[in-house]
Amino acid sequence: MEQKSQIANPLFWQLLSFALFFGLWELAGRWPISFAFPPFSKTFVALVRMVADGSLPKAYLSTLQPLIIGIVLCSIIGIGFGIGMGLSRTVEWLSLPIFIVLQAAPMAAIIPLITYMYGIGLTAKVLAVIVLAAPVIVMNSYKGIRNTNPSLIQMCRAFLGTRRQEVIKIILPHAGALVFAGLRLGLAMGFIGIVIAELLITPTGIGDLITYHSSVADYPKMFAAIVSIVLFAALTIQALERLERKLFPPEMRGLEDVS
Amino acid sequence: MSADAIVEVRQVGKTYEGGVEALTRIDLALPQGRLSTLLGPSGCGKTTLLKIIAGLIAPSRGEVWVKGKKVEGPGPERAFVFQDFALLPWANVLRNVAFGLELRGLTKDERHQIARKHIAEVGLKAFESSYPHQLSGGMRQRVGLARALAVDADIILMDEPFSSVDEQTRRKFQEELLDLLRHKKKTVIFVTHSIEEAAYLSDQIVLLSARPGTISKIIQPNINREGSGPDEIRRDKNYLDAVDEIWQILKKDLE
Repeated sequence: MEQKSQIANPLFWQLLSFALFFGLWELAGRWPISFAFPPFSKTFVALVRMVADGSLPKAYLSTLQPLIIGIVLCSIIGIGFGIGMGLSRTVEWLSLPIFIVLQAAPMAAIIPLITYMYGIGLTAKVLAVIVLAAPVIVMNSYKGIRNTNPSLIQMCRAFLGTRRQEVIKIILPHAGALVFAGLRLGLAMGFIGIVIAELLITPTGIGDLITYHSSVADYPKMFAAIVSIVLFAALTIQALERLERKLFPPEMRGLEDVS
Repeated sequence: MSADAIVEVRQVGKTYEGGVEALTRIDLALPQGRLSTLLGPSGCGKTTLLKIIAGLIAPSRGEVWVKGKKVEGPGPERAFVFQDFALLPWANVLRNVAFGLELRGLTKDERHQIARKHIAEVGLKAFESSYPHQLSGGMRQRVGLARALAVDADIILMDEPFSSVDEQTRRKFQEELLDLLRHKKKTVIFVTHSIEEAAYLSDQIVLLSARPGTISKIIQPNINREGSGPDEIRRDKNYLDAVDEIWQILKKDLE
């Protein structure tokens, strides 16, 4: 019977997981672990207040601006670059080593350099997003192209397809799913990039709320800002993942086993 | 060489990068309107030879002539059926079957009309809008066959088309294939490693020895297929003799 309810009610267990987490948080906050660690209830009240007085929505507007600009630029240039690398050996040899290094490097270390070169304005923040998001977007697009089933390419040639048809009708549709996954991972990196930028370059948006409330020791509000951006990023990425599964179901990509 | 050879293989050899010699000095004539099988153990280069005839792999030495023209690449007179089906997973049966025609620039109406006819011929009429993942292995290969028939090539090249299909489906498919091809007067070149399949289907069996592949013997089983059903063919003396003869030759390779 227990087994059955477990399967029938995943939502119940998910909600229980949240309830447990927030419950423990509440306990830890009341104990208290530290003067600077507010319980869940106070944080929640602070969150509601910040939404009501408009400070949180305003912060999001200014945080999302460089994030969206950065991700859009990455999508256009990064996907283009990745596809170019996948299709042309020359482009691959020229740029693959760079992107492998970039993907492995702790990119946050570059942010002070960006400030040094581009100041503290919007450009610097957009760049911070791009620097973090671009490698995974480029690499995923590249891998998507390179992983095309060689048998499908041979089929296209056997039926007299031109190279152009091979790219448009076989390689690009095949790469679509990985390119989209790259965008999703890129956005996750972009969230990291923008928050680091707002904390390290100049405090604006969410970064400003976190730094300001921390400096005036209004810890519930500081925590509320942190929790809100964590939740916001998690929900956005989750939504994209669902969209991805809908747009590119695994069986339509030939990933199920051949029976 | 025989006058009615539609495919001629002249002194063809293939050495892969790294020095592996897959084929050496193959001379072969394949008669028009007949089903020829390339049979041999794994690694005898039979698939390589088929792909060289298809124009998908360039030979290292020698040349292939099809209908009096030297092969420089794939051509409209040849269509290929792949071992792993090679269907577009994101396209339904109709589009997959019409894909060869799509590549040749036919309009949607034209190619769908032709494709529907061939889908019906291979018995998939009810599955036009199904996707490959919804079909069994046997049905997927029917799609692969319909796609090859749709481009109306004279020569159908089949690379172990039944190897990933279960035994029952395989037998049924073999029977249907014989039936279909006899009506269409196609030339078929068929790669297999199954002795029974080769003897059952072929007018001519080309036996290849193991690496580097050379022709060890060409057998013409001379089975009377007109008016005899599949079970009669399998009891035909010439069929049984051919199976035995092939086995005796292949056995020598194993020793």
